[in-house]
Amino acid sequence: MKSLIFQTASKYLLPLLLLFSVFILLRGHYLPGGGFVGGLMAAIAFILHSFAFGLKETRSIVRLNPRYLMPIGLALSIMAAVSPWLVNLPVMTGLWYDEPIKLIGMVGSALVFDIGVYLVVIGSTLTIMFSITDTI
Amino acid sequence: MSNIWIVLPILFQLTSAVLLLFFWNYIKIQKILSALLSLLGLGISLVLFKEVYNEGLLVTQSGNWSAPFGISFVADTFGTTMVLLASVAGLAVSVFASASMTKARLQFGFYPMLHFLIMGLQGAFLTGDIFNLYVWFEVIIISSFVLITIGGKKAQLEGAIKYVALNLLASVFFLIGIAFLYGLTGSLNMADLALKVQEIDNKGLINVTASLFLVAFGIKSAVFPLYFWLPASYHTPPPAVAAIFGGLLTKVGVYAMVRTFTLIFVGDEFLSVILSVMAALTILSGGLGAMVHQHLGKIFGYFIICHIGFMMAGVGMMTELAIMGTVFYLVHDIVVKTNLFMVSGIVLKINGTQNIKELGGMYQNYPLLSLLMAIPLFSLVGIPPLSGFWAKLFFIQGGLESNEYLLIAFIVLGSFLTLWVIAKVWAEVFWKKGENLPKKARGIYFRELGRRQKLALILPVVFLSIISLYIGLGAENIVSLSERIAKELMNPEAYIEAVMSKKLNAL
Repeated sequence: MKSLIFQTASKYLLPLLLLFSVFILLRGHYLPGGGFVGGLMAAIAFILHSFAFGLKETRSIVRLNPRYLMPIGLALSIMAAVSPWLVNLPVMTGLWYDEPIKLIGMVGSALVFDIGVYLVVIGSTLTIMFSITDTI
Repeated sequence: MSNIWIVLPILFQLTSAVLLLFFWNYIKIQKILSALLSLLGLGISLVLFKEVYNEGLLVTQSGNWSAPFGISFVADTFGTTMVLLASVAGLAVSVFASASMTKARLQFGFYPMLHFLIMGLQGAFLTGDIFNLYVWFEVIIISSFVLITIGGKKAQLEGAIKYVALNLLASVFFLIGIAFLYGLTGSLNMADLALKVQEIDNKGLINVTASLFLVAFGIKSAVFPLYFWLPASYHTPPPAVAAIFGGLLTKVGVYAMVRTFTLIFVGDEFLSVILSVMAALTILSGGLGAMVHQHLGKIFGYFIICHIGFMMAGVGMMTELAIMGTVFYLVHDIVVKTNLFMVSGIVLKINGTQNIKELGGMYQNYPLLSLLMAIPLFSLVGIPPLSGFWAKLFFIQGGLESNEYLLIAFIVLGSFLTLWVIAKVWAEVFWKKGENLPKKARGIYFRELGRRQKLALILPVVFLSIISLYIGLGAENIVSLSERIAKELMNPEAYIEAVMSKKLNAL
């Protein structure tokens, strides 16, 4: 779509949406949000960009083949899930750092798990979208 | 309380799949890595099995939430035996696929999906939570959807649509059943459910719920009126995929059935009659189906149905001896069915067809290989002392004990039909003089393969045949194992006490 308005808007929307997706990711533990929704939102940011500028342009921003985001995210989630073994607790027990960190809030293994989910969702959505766009 | 071995088989398969995903474009590395990881996974399952066999039931509460609230993982003898068998079949198929699958298929993530599938199976065998069981079923069917469509041939897609549609339907039934159960009891933990379901007075509602589970697991395990998807789809994917499907997927349904009907819906006359009738008709329709078909994959597909009937019969009788037969048969069947589909894969590789009318001369051309292939074929029939024999003995004993003469008649009939068909297959494929089949342009034939690839095709068959022989010849070990499993299943108090971590008053 070669529309100046759309292109200019999506140029500014990309960082904004990405930032918002991180915000959604972080608030997700007790409030609506989390890795899945955040990941979708981040993926939408890239998809919007690809509509405005074409796939080639977007690929050059993402650099990494989105397919590899899936195993990376999964690996993060697995590590978060098994980390309680180190302190002799059952798998997937939530481990929390005592003090809340500024801006981010409470940090724990659940956050790492959610970041993993976030990456997997971005990876799979972008892989699907990119390969569909490639074939048409 | 936090024994890491309990969930390690699941997490290890997941980690393997993730590792393999990193090597998406490097198929050679994937082949080697997958075989090595499967071997390691088998080792882990063995350790877990040994631990449970020596120490007894192991429980871990994931997330450290105590029993009825969190998700419990329970490793009892039945579950760990199944975990072990799934790992064995996984290893065999992983090696077999390296030579039998075309590169085009391997490129689209066959190996990661195989490990995701095994992960789902391990999860289903180890979970102690009914909703979690549903989730593992979803993991299994989603990975199997990918495996069945990989390659994207027309026939494959046609089979896949039937497979997907009916399996999704089964999931819906399963989910509705869970919703009923949750509405009735307010719990999803199977041990907790076992206690709470017994306190409910409205037996009609419990029966309806149980029937929903029966239909759901019935579709998954392909029993009589619900099996149509299986023969329509199992011959379409490549033999390596068919092997893992035929060996394990329907058996998860049987496992779930045994688990729920021994733990949650216990001792109901109505269900026991329905199960027995379904079992008898399953044996009959599976056997008759196998008689009329000429395609090896289809014949073996109908055999799956026929022999699911045997296991159902054991569940229907609901005596300790019959459950013992079911467990023994399950152990034998997973190994043999996986092996059979791999054998049919080798036959396909050698001749380029699976039609038994066109095939022939296998014994003349490959005498040693034919003798090897005879092991799974005749184990299936249950010629003593091979493995199928002992299980049938227990079914018949169990039937005599509970006066189910009609069911015994069907089991004997089923065995005869199996014998007849296997004899026909043996005569047509191995003994008959072979014609020179026209060589197809596509596909690589067995004799054109390198030495290492030939080995990769034959070794898994040898491996599973040795296990088959062990089950048959070292039957006393398997008998004592299945005796123990049957005892645990029929007296679930220990299971419930371990999960809920409290002592029960006399039930």
